[in-house]
Amino acid sequence: MNTVDVTMAVVVGALFAAGFYLMLQRSLMRIVLGFVLLGHGTNLLLLTAGGTPGRPPLVDGKSDARIADPLPQAMALTAIVITFGLTAFLAALAYRSWRLSGHDEVHDDVEDRRIGTVRERTETDPAPGRDEDNAVPGEDR
Amino acid sequence: MTGVLTALPVLLPALGAGTSLLRPPRSVMRGLSIGVLTGVVVCGAALLVLADQRGPQVLHVGGWPAPLGVTLVADRLAALLLTVSALVALAVLVFAVGQGTAEGRGNSAAVFHPAYLVLVTGVGLAFLTGDLFNLFVAFEVMLAASYVLITLDADENRVRAGMTYTIVSLTSSLLFLSLVALVYAATGTVTLAQLGPRLAELPDGLRSGLALLLLAVLGIKASIVPLHFWLPDSYPTAPAPITAVFAALLTKVGVYALLRTQTLLFPRSDVWTLLACAAIVTMVVGILGALAQDDLNRVLSFALVSHIGFMLFGIALFDVQGLTGTILYVVHHIVVQAALFLAAGLVVRRTGTASLHRMAALPPPGPLIATLFVVPALSLSGIPPLSGFVAKLALLRAAAAQGTTAAYALAAAALFTSLLTLSTMARAGMAAFMERAPGPAEPSPKRPHGTGRVRSGGMRLMLAAAAGTTATGVAVAVCAGPLVGLAGRAAEDLLHPREYRSVVLEGSER
Repeated sequence: MNTVDVTMAVVVGALFAAGFYLMLQRSLMRIVLGFVLLGHGTNLLLLTAGGTPGRPPLVDGKSDARIADPLPQAMALTAIVITFGLTAFLAALAYRSWRLSGHDEVHDDVEDRRIGTVRERTETDPAPGRDEDNAVPGEDR
Repeated sequence: MTGVLTALPVLLPALGAGTSLLRPPRSVMRGLSIGVLTGVVVCGAALLVLADQRGPQVLHVGGWPAPLGVTLVADRLAALLLTVSALVALAVLVFAVGQGTAEGRGNSAAVFHPAYLVLVTGVGLAFLTGDLFNLFVAFEVMLAASYVLITLDADENRVRAGMTYTIVSLTSSLLFLSLVALVYAATGTVTLAQLGPRLAELPDGLRSGLALLLLAVLGIKASIVPLHFWLPDSYPTAPAPITAVFAALLTKVGVYALLRTQTLLFPRSDVWTLLACAAIVTMVVGILGALAQDDLNRVLSFALVSHIGFMLFGIALFDVQGLTGTILYVVHHIVVQAALFLAAGLVVRRTGTASLHRMAALPPPGPLIATLFVVPALSLSGIPPLSGFVAKLALLRAAAAQGTTAAYALAAAALFTSLLTLSTMARAGMAAFMERAPGPAEPSPKRPHGTGRVRSGGMRLMLAAAAGTTATGVAVAVCAGPLVGLAGRAAEDLLHPREYRSVVLEGSER
């Protein structure tokens, strides 16, 4: 059983904590940053899973040094590519949301609020307007 | 030769997606996508026959043996679900092509087809993969495509819903990756076939910690209550074919992953009380949510959440009969849920609104669409001759055979949920299809897509696709005998994975 470097454990823990804290915010940009931190934390965890650092990547047949485990590194590389691509997508989506709504807050679900008033609407107005969030794109620039 | 066959369900759609990114003319792209999915269906069926007769088909990609390389395994369960999923994906694609023709949309098709094929690639890979990390990659491939599809041509509301969906899925993916790291750190392998014995050697606390993290991760992906909140919020906003394929495939891949990992990694001999509680809560909360909704697509989305509980029912029982029931339920639900969402898409298209109380004031969309909605709706509620009855009966018999308190509680919740499902579906059906007394004619609030008679070729294609899906659902009930036998053998494989392990690890040291 390998022992884990305390520094790495603390760093991974801090990245997870900061990442989740940011993801719980209302602003999309903070959520994107939270995702980035969380991704870093996870990748670091993957690397740590490979055992103690500092072992050689290759050894000649004679020496009996143990080589570094390549598998977590390969997995971390794959994971980095995936998180990178999805971060780009998320950033594009946040930008689009800002273009459409004029701010980068996460909204409440409109339908959820409408459900509460179903009874009144069925009795009075058959065609309720959907006039929440009429903000002009780029208004609060 | 069979090795190539195992790889084709992943390779074909991946290559198809690459080709359609070259932006060929629209007709070529459609032909290509339909051809590719037909190919996947054929491969899946061939694999199913081979796996049933000769045991699991294994491909060590690149010739690397199991613990080192990527392994693809097609056993009975994987091949069965692959075939059914590909069939439904094909029907939904035809529906989407029909809708594209009917609406004459231009630009989004160039993104839709590649993304759709990538989605199918991910689903195929998730069913076939033999290691935990590759399962993560498969989920990512599938979800990345779904992020694109759900935000395609998005307006403000859909961007909001897509954002919720994307962030929740990404969080669960990162937790999954952390799980892979922790499992690797604890056992030194990610190959599913090796993990079972090695995890059994770990201390109890660590083992249950890993099992719980896995349950939470897959619980988000399969939308188990209380981790379901993202689903009814995001699915209904997407266009009908996209919602249909998500509802049919994505959550079921989560259930499949749960089935596969729990039986291989954390086998147990008794009822899993925690999952039994989750199953009961999922069934009841989901269907109560559906009762409260007014939007047709949201009703169906909550019903989807509720019926995930039925699949957990069998896994919680954790014996051959229970798992047989779960497998039957997954097969039934993939087909029926897709058929329901396609029919709902047709209804919304005809009436111009998804809101039930507004629909009730509009002229009904006609007997054909009504049939296409009512047959899967009855099947979902478990009315006897249809596939839902077969699956529910298998689950209830499994519960009765086990006879523990948890099993009876599950059975009671399942019956209660079926009753409420029937009531929900009846409410939706009445609102949409009952002829009203001629009152003051209310103008349709918006009919942006026309009535469908303008470009009737596309509409006919959509009707044919929805009818095909419904017919597949009926076929599941007609073939119930052989299917129950097959599901029973697959469940037997799951509970006694010695053959799976030996075939996968053939040629390696262990």
